Amino acid sequence: MAIDRPVTAPERGDAQERESGVGRARKVPFAIDFYRSAVGKKYVMAVSGIILMGYVFAHMVGNLKLYLGAEQMNHYAEFLRTLLEPIFPYSGALWLMRLVLLAAVILHIHASYSLTMMNRRARPVRYQSKRDYIAADFAARTMRWTGVIVLLFIVFHLLDLTFGPANPDFQAGKPYENTVASFQRVWVSLFYILANLALGVHLYHGAWSLFQSMGWNRRRFNAWRRYFAVGFAAIIVAGNVSFPIAVLAGVIS
Amino acid sequence: MDLTLHVWRQPGPDAPGQFETYEATGITGEMSFLEMLDVVNERLIEEGREPIAFDHDCREGICGSCGFMIDGQAHGPQRGTAACQLHMRLYNDGDEIWIEPFRASAFPVVRDLAVNRTAFDHIVQAGGYVSQATGSAPDANLIPVPKPDADLAMDAASCIACGACVAACPNGAAQLYTAAKLAHLNLMPQGEPERYVRVERMVDTMEDYFGSCTNMGECEVACPKEISIDFIAMLNKDYRKAKFRGGTSQANTR
Repeated sequence: MAIDRPVTAPERGDAQERESGVGRARKVPFAIDFYRSAVGKKYVMAVSGIILMGYVFAHMVGNLKLYLGAEQMNHYAEFLRTLLEPIFPYSGALWLMRLVLLAAVILHIHASYSLTMMNRRARPVRYQSKRDYIAADFAARTMRWTGVIVLLFIVFHLLDLTFGPANPDFQAGKPYENTVASFQRVWVSLFYILANLALGVHLYHGAWSLFQSMGWNRRRFNAWRRYFAVGFAAIIVAGNVSFPIAVLAGVIS
Repeated sequence: MDLTLHVWRQPGPDAPGQFETYEATGITGEMSFLEMLDVVNERLIEEGREPIAFDHDCREGICGSCGFMIDGQAHGPQRGTAACQLHMRLYNDGDEIWIEPFRASAFPVVRDLAVNRTAFDHIVQAGGYVSQATGSAPDANLIPVPKPDADLAMDAASCIACGACVAACPNGAAQLYTAAKLAHLNLMPQGEPERYVRVERMVDTMEDYFGSCTNMGECEVACPKEISIDFIAMLNKDYRKAKFRGGTSQANTR
């Protein structure tokens, strides 16, 4: 294939630097050097994804206390604020967890944005005939969209039930009453259900994909990676979606 | 059978291209896809028109020269089959077929369906070799290799570097190709000493040209050699280990 047009690297173009022996690994700390690579960014996406999955699971299980009544739910919320007292001040442990979550969210978004831009550069001219995908399923191809839906929902959700300005009936320290008041607005419940379905689709791919990104691959156990992703997504969606339905149906009031 | 082809025609790398429609008449089921294109090209030549340019060499599915998108799939609809081994018996009289070159910024179109895959060579040049003292050939089986390892290495070594994985990948990533080129050396004792240097150099070079893997698995089903994405997980694991070792990019491997 002799043509006189050299294929130039569309990316960082530091191949020459590498060839000359001035590796970028020499100048920066390990974590930054690793994060500069796309494979490293996928590790960051996987690890931050695991943190966020752990949170989403704990959040869903904690909210099951809605079914036990206002006293249990509000007591649980107060417990989270007094967690690890007196080592931490009031709300200290809670805010520490929130900071970890915020860092995970920021890294998850930054890595995905940066990788998306890299992937766009890798195929600037799209296919002009219709693509026929065989393995790339709906969930895998819509990660960016489901991710954005979930992000927008999280912003609203915090304003609605954590800080209050999006909830006219908001009372500090009374999550049970706040949740019921919020879900009695039908549009909030519908948005909540839609966002959780998007989250489920996101988890269906993400909870499987993280094993590949982390290099966790054993042929004997590979089928379980998919079972785990399906099970995890189903449990989260079923638990979360049950809350607005229960409020609208009058089971929780 | 008579078919209608919509073929991407592009006179050169920077020239604009478009689909042109051709009637492929009198095609038999015994013809391969490339032989069908040969028949169309013969008629174009007889009419004094420019034939459709496409890469091909062995025509028995082992060289990796051929390959283009057939109805939106790299190498067409049959699993584990390069375009040259795809036979027209899969099609029915009256079918319409869309034929388009592999698309990636690292695979610029040379002409029509032929693309420049030199970027793959740069990845192999970065570490797809073992450094050996030259001399007389060593005895066979001098170095014991466990059979499962040899089989796995052979699975990876079946990569023919056709580029279908990149073409099929929605991200234009070359992970499956690079993973295969890594694994077939890294799984063998001869490749082990340079394993982590190789991983770091080849992955870093790959990322200079191609997109990133999002684990969709589209490459695996497009691959004419059915190479598993398990090798991509191996690449990820080895890259992490290489980086943890503190960076090996300065090591002299020549």
